[in-house]
Amino acid sequence: MDRNRLRNQVASMRRSLFDQGYLDDQFIQLEELQDDTNPNFVEEIVTLFYNDSARLIQNIEQALNSSPIDFCKLDDYMHQFKGSSSSIGAKKVTNECTAFREYCNAENAEGSFQQVKQEYAILKRKLEVYLQTVRQASQTA
Amino acid sequence: MAASETKFHVLAVDDTLIDRKLIEKLLKTSSYQVTAVDSGTKALEFLGLNNNDNQDVEVNLIITDYCMPGMTGYDLLRKIKESSSFKDIPVVIMSSDNIPSRISRCLEDGAEEFFLKPVQLSDVNKLRPHLMKRRMQTNVNKRKAMDEIVSPDRTRARYNELQVK
Repeated sequence: MDRNRLRNQVASMRRSLFDQGYLDDQFIQLEELQDDTNPNFVEEIVTLFYNDSARLIQNIEQALNSSPIDFCKLDDYMHQFKGSSSSIGAKKVTNECTAFREYCNAENAEGSFQQVKQEYAILKRKLEVYLQTVRQASQTA
Repeated sequence: MAASETKFHVLAVDDTLIDRKLIEKLLKTSSYQVTAVDSGTKALEFLGLNNNDNQDVEVNLIITDYCMPGMTGYDLLRKIKESSSFKDIPVVIMSSDNIPSRISRCLEDGAEEFFLKPVQLSDVNKLRPHLMKRRMQTNVNKRKAMDEIVSPDRTRARYNELQVK
């Protein structure tokens, strides 16, 4: 039965996202806020997160490419990035942002940020697949 | 007057879209009426601090992010507390940074609560007592005022020291 298979897939993907530390309790908060008046709440918030992150990543890379690096601006952008990833429960991304802010200096800034970007790319891919499966499962009769 | 049935109106202030959406949903889920704005300046405009004639809007609580460009949440708190019309509106501050000195300064300068982000439903549940207390106090004041109007010549003892717990 297609529906059961999809539902099981959703449950197992979801469990894995939490077990592997990609998501934390804050994501559960989002799920709990979703209701009949707002049936797509999780997707909406996550989409806002993708948009916000794309913008911030662009700003950060610009800041890193300028010479000399404006660390004040950089920290401001990272603060925002950390804030929004924390708001959706993106645990690993949030941790990478924290690490970046703590250990980043002129020498390692570029490299450190690649780690943040990488972690974000992994999460985005996993979330996209997961939410797509959730959609499919809810649409299957 | 159906005061107990009127929804409380919360003014939420946050420059980040995601957080604004989140706090709005949290508040609506808790049955509050919500107005969300993206800056302290807009919050003051909404309250009518910038034009003295319009005070139709009634706001029962203000919840604001701390870190905002231009006017911070702390600046907004100070402006509210310094305003004769709005100083009694409870103000709650939210911040993603756990800085003890920041927290105590906000609380000392009049904030009712300080929530660490991400804000959760359990935090929003803490708002109700502040709102209820203020509503009860407002009702007591109104009743006292009515008493004065209805029977200004009464000689029996007035309950001026009545404390509402």
